[in-house]
Amino acid sequence: MTTRVRQLVFFLGALGLAALVVSAFVRLPHFGSGFSIDGAQLGALSVPQRHITDVVTAINFDYRGVDTMGEEFIFFAAVAAVGLVLRPQPDEVVRAEVDAASGRWVPPTSDAVRVLGLALVGPTILFGLYIVAHGHLTPGGGFQGGVVLATGVLLVYLAGEYEHLHGLYPEQAIKVGESVGAAGYVAIGLVGLIWGTAFLDNIGPLGTIGRLNSAGLVPLIDVAVGVEVAAGFVLLLTAFLRQAIVLRVREGEQ
Amino acid sequence: MSLLSALAMILVGAGGLAVVTTREPTRQALVAGLFGILLGILFFILQAPDVALSEVVVGAVALPLMLLLTLAKVRGGSR
Amino acid sequence: MNVLPYLVAAWLLIIGLWGIITSRNLVHLVVCVSVVQSSTYLLLLAIGYRSHATAPVFADIPLGRSVVDPVVQALCLTDVVVGATVTALLLAFVLQVHKRTGSLDPEQLARMDD
Repeated sequence: MTTRVRQLVFFLGALGLAALVVSAFVRLPHFGSGFSIDGAQLGALSVPQRHITDVVTAINFDYRGVDTMGEEFIFFAAVAAVGLVLRPQPDEVVRAEVDAASGRWVPPTSDAVRVLGLALVGPTILFGLYIVAHGHLTPGGGFQGGVVLATGVLLVYLAGEYEHLHGLYPEQAIKVGESVGAAGYVAIGLVGLIWGTAFLDNIGPLGTIGRLNSAGLVPLIDVAVGVEVAAGFVLLLTAFLRQAIVLRVREGEQ
Repeated sequence: MSLLSALAMILVGAGGLAVVTTREPTRQALVAGLFGILLGILFFILQAPDVALSEVVVGAVALPLMLLLTLAKVRGGSR
Repeated sequence: MNVLPYLVAAWLLIIGLWGIITSRNLVHLVVCVSVVQSSTYLLLLAIGYRSHATAPVFADIPLGRSVVDPVVQALCLTDVVVGATVTALLLAFVLQVHKRTGSLDPEQLARMDD
């Protein structure tokens, strides 16, 4: 099938799809009517029932906690798959030099970028921890905070210090941390089973609304998910960084 | 439906078109980062701060980084 | 005007698919896949929106105030992070394809048969 024929088939298919999709969308209740009843009920119930002020976190980790566990394991499996696909092959050697795209002179990292990058690592990690810890009070939670934590490593790379990081990078600890985070979610769910009620039942002390130690087990689940997402993204980033910077095919065998 | 949200949606549509029609992958990585920020602003206007936070951090930081690292490896090559 | 967000979501879907079909570079194709994913986020959030309502966070507003639907936001939130991870997996495959065959063009790869 040549390119032209493929594009023609796509045009016809896209016309049909567009017609179906548009005719379905104009029959939806118009934008802004807010026609779902679950949402209104959960918004009204979340604070009195669970003492959680961020309703989205309550849905993610309390009312629909099993679905979030599934999504967390999708993340875990994808990170494991990336580590598998990008593992060092037998015909690649580790070259401890900084990458330069061939045929182009790479200017050294400017001092402003280096100072700012390294100076922002601390505030970024603090900000990430804040988002993870306050997930049940304000917008945030394990997923967002975990990604913000992982960008601390990215800042070190942008500041041009990657070769120093590569030597003292605690890879085993980060892998263990990711697994502990993923298993921690299931373990917290099993606490409910052992107590005699349901899996992932929120049985901790509910506390006062608006304080950090409220909402039962949800802050613990937030921390577990934050650890797992942060470690997973750091593993992703270092797998790509290692490919781009460190691994090279052995000379003469290409 | 306010003017602000209509404008944001039209900008997102234009941004999507820009991402798809930028064929050079290096330039497309930067346009994709900008598209991520536009999406984050639209989600914020639609009263979804959690989703906006996720989208800005992922789409403007993690995704362009992975794209540029892949391109560096592909261009710098197995030399 | 009231169906504008749904039309923009449909537009993003169609144009993302067009980008995938007519792509000449595998990395460009992966970015177009992420554009198609973002059309679903827009559709979900537009379905949940309620006029003159505010964000579903009661930390600083009185209880009983009408809020937008939080269920679709919970769906989109995890979707964004997991979608980025799957995009990373696709990029890892693209890297390995380039290492094996030296080319990133889908047309050329289709013809290298053995």
